[in-house]
Amino acid sequence: MLEVATPAEPGPILAETKPLLTLKGISKRFPGVRALHDVSLSLYPGQVTALIGENGAGKSTLVKILTGIYQPDEGEIAVKGVPVHLGSAHAAFGAGITAIHQETVLFDELSVAENVFLGHAPRTRFKTIDWSKMRREARQVLNDMGASHIDPNHRLKDLSIANKHLVGVARAMSIDADVVIMDEPTAALSYKEIEDLFVLIELLKEDGKAVLFISHKFDEIYRIADRYTVFRDGELVGSGLLKETDQNAIIKMMVGRSVDHIFPKREAQIGAPLLEVSGLSHPTEFDDISFTLRAGEILGFYGLVGAGRSEVMQALFGITKPSAGSISLAGASIAPASPADAVNAGIVYVPEERGKQGVVIGMPIFKNVSLPSLKRTSQSGVLRLREEFALARTYTERLDLRASSLSQDVGTLSGGNQQKVVIAKWLATSPKVIILDEPTKGIDIGSKAAVHEFMGELVAEGLSVIMVSSELPEILGMSDRVVVMREGRIVATHDNTELSAETLVRTAAGIAEEQQR
Amino acid sequence: MSSLTDAPESPVTHRKIPDRLDNPLRSALLSWETLLLLVAVVIFIVNSFASPYFLNAWSLSDLTFNFTEKALIALAMALLIIAGEIDLSVASIIALASTLMGLAVQSGADTPTLVAIGIGTGLACGAFNGVLVTGLKLPSIVVTIGTMSLFRGLSFIILGDGVFKGYPKDFGFFGQGYVFWVISFELALFLVAAVIYWFVLHRTNFGRRIFAIGNNETAARFSGVRVAQVKFVLFCLTGLMSGIAAVLLTSRLGSTRPAIAQGWELEAITMVVLGGVSILGGAGSIIGVVIAAFIMGLVTFGLGLLNVPGIVMSIFIGLLLIVVIALPIVYRMARK
Repeated sequence: MLEVATPAEPGPILAETKPLLTLKGISKRFPGVRALHDVSLSLYPGQVTALIGENGAGKSTLVKILTGIYQPDEGEIAVKGVPVHLGSAHAAFGAGITAIHQETVLFDELSVAENVFLGHAPRTRFKTIDWSKMRREARQVLNDMGASHIDPNHRLKDLSIANKHLVGVARAMSIDADVVIMDEPTAALSYKEIEDLFVLIELLKEDGKAVLFISHKFDEIYRIADRYTVFRDGELVGSGLLKETDQNAIIKMMVGRSVDHIFPKREAQIGAPLLEVSGLSHPTEFDDISFTLRAGEILGFYGLVGAGRSEVMQALFGITKPSAGSISLAGASIAPASPADAVNAGIVYVPEERGKQGVVIGMPIFKNVSLPSLKRTSQSGVLRLREEFALARTYTERLDLRASSLSQDVGTLSGGNQQKVVIAKWLATSPKVIILDEPTKGIDIGSKAAVHEFMGELVAEGLSVIMVSSELPEILGMSDRVVVMREGRIVATHDNTELSAETLVRTAAGIAEEQQR
Repeated sequence: MSSLTDAPESPVTHRKIPDRLDNPLRSALLSWETLLLLVAVVIFIVNSFASPYFLNAWSLSDLTFNFTEKALIALAMALLIIAGEIDLSVASIIALASTLMGLAVQSGADTPTLVAIGIGTGLACGAFNGVLVTGLKLPSIVVTIGTMSLFRGLSFIILGDGVFKGYPKDFGFFGQGYVFWVISFELALFLVAAVIYWFVLHRTNFGRRIFAIGNNETAARFSGVRVAQVKFVLFCLTGLMSGIAAVLLTSRLGSTRPAIAQGWELEAITMVVLGGVSILGGAGSIIGVVIAAFIMGLVTFGLGLLNVPGIVMSIFIGLLLIVVIALPIVYRMARK
């Protein structure tokens, strides 16, 4: 284990500044998952605190607790020293906490002014909305922010994402929020727009607001934040002043944990190239993707959320239509136009969105497993339940599925067991390539280990695996090689020998090696 | 159920999972279909007390004419609704098919030609709906509201205020003939079709895919189901059944007017929903739809025996539709 930085006590330099928002011992559990454990955190007026962590570290859970969407199981929240209960989004709003998300949660069909003043519109004597005053005040707020180019009368949907963010900020200013949470606000912005946003954040700081800034991009964090807080596996592993630490220390906090003991050692013979992708492109999602997957290999795909990994996989599976490029499987060129084509060719896909795309929640386990294999279990198109049960039993028992019967609806299973049903479904089709997209996201530790172990067994049997994952330990523990994607392109392909988590994080975020601060 | 004899736990190998736990007989007894059957029996008994003319083989045979044509459409509609789509244009397909048959009669077409025109028109209209929904990815409720106006509009243009008559004598068999004693051709056709639809929905790969699509279209597609293809076939089937219904109805009435089969789409959908098919898709059975068809026929006939006017009948159908759609939702809310 790595050394962990000093925990949440405010440093001596800032001892005189009273925190605006204090979290004490916040814990939140979901069935089978510990999302947050004993997190204590303070936000200070006029300061930007960067919240850093891998995907699944608990950042969004914290945001949801602060905005009243989730209720913590344990712990206290205090605003200006007064304990508050954030029982609803409205309560959080009332406590002066507002959030700007990566995809704005504003209302597209309403005007800019309405969005700014939604829920606290100025009223006339008769308690009707005072439209002219609202427009005037919206104009005022926008001008104050230097966003005079936005017309309060325009509908929000006509604005660019950057301008929508500005409206979100205007809203925060208009309600006089003390705490402004920005959840990856720059994810969809251009360079120029990011600069404008930073100017605004400076403005918020001058106004004495506390800003919680969530981002994966270190250059931005160093640019704008005063403090940092690092989450890992739902725990706060370090926090303090940014100027007292460096990037390497933070990266170590993010990824530092022992990796080796959970992942099974496996002995797969890596053979000849099986799947060859060349120059695969899409107008908006990815560009010039070329890689080779060899027989018996686990190829990891690492990158930040939005790097285009899933989109590439869905192109291989016939869901997204590529605009250029070629795919060949075992020497034969293929162009899957639908998942059915891909399955017939021998490529199967375990999607990230398990409940929406992976399983049919309302159908029993055995029907889910047999769905892609109906041609084999049936006889001239007529169902044979006995064959379906046999098929389902073979694969679910092999995956050690925990279920009371095969007729149980998949929706009643835990996330991990649902994932086993998805994998069982695909194994039953005897595929050549299995693509796993965030295979262990949101599932409990036990099922995680089962899925990892099973991946080892699969490649030992000569199957090839592509694993898209944002979890560094999983990528490092399971992959033979790792492809790193950033902004729709492959930026590096590493052999997984002496590959470090730090290298991966750097390539994925676009930070040059050896860059120190 | 051989698996129930397997050892429940063994420490070394993987744990065994039984095929099913609940007794299929028990779940059948507690099903919506059983409840429907009870309702049907009760209405039957009430009817037999309400009118002395009811309990008579010929009365009962006449009763079936109230629903067989609509129920034929309901069979295909059930599959479509289970797959998460709907077709509101079925009654207008009947109007157009009947009008084209009437037009053909004017130029002296014989019975086989008429049947081919009726069924062909239905199939073509269904395929048209199917192309719009699956090809252009438009919501079926909007598409079929449009084609509902379109198809009936065409028949109005052809017919004006007029009426087509003069169908050949042997054409009357489909809507008026009997195959055996009191069993009409319509009833026999409906029963045969019901068996076929039951088999297709509950015993074939195609039927399984319909349920999967209705439960979760995305997951079905991600599982290699060719969703558009299945839906297209279902729209064609619904059109085909409407074409068949057009032949039967035209044969029974012996004439075609533009207002023919007005409002039948609602009655067909009511049968489907009353039969326990989820309006949200993904669940339902043909047996339920068949019983629901009989119930609708019994109620219509019973109210007719009591001299209840037609407008009250349509109020009843409307109320029934609301109640059967609301019932499962209210039940779910109550359970929470």
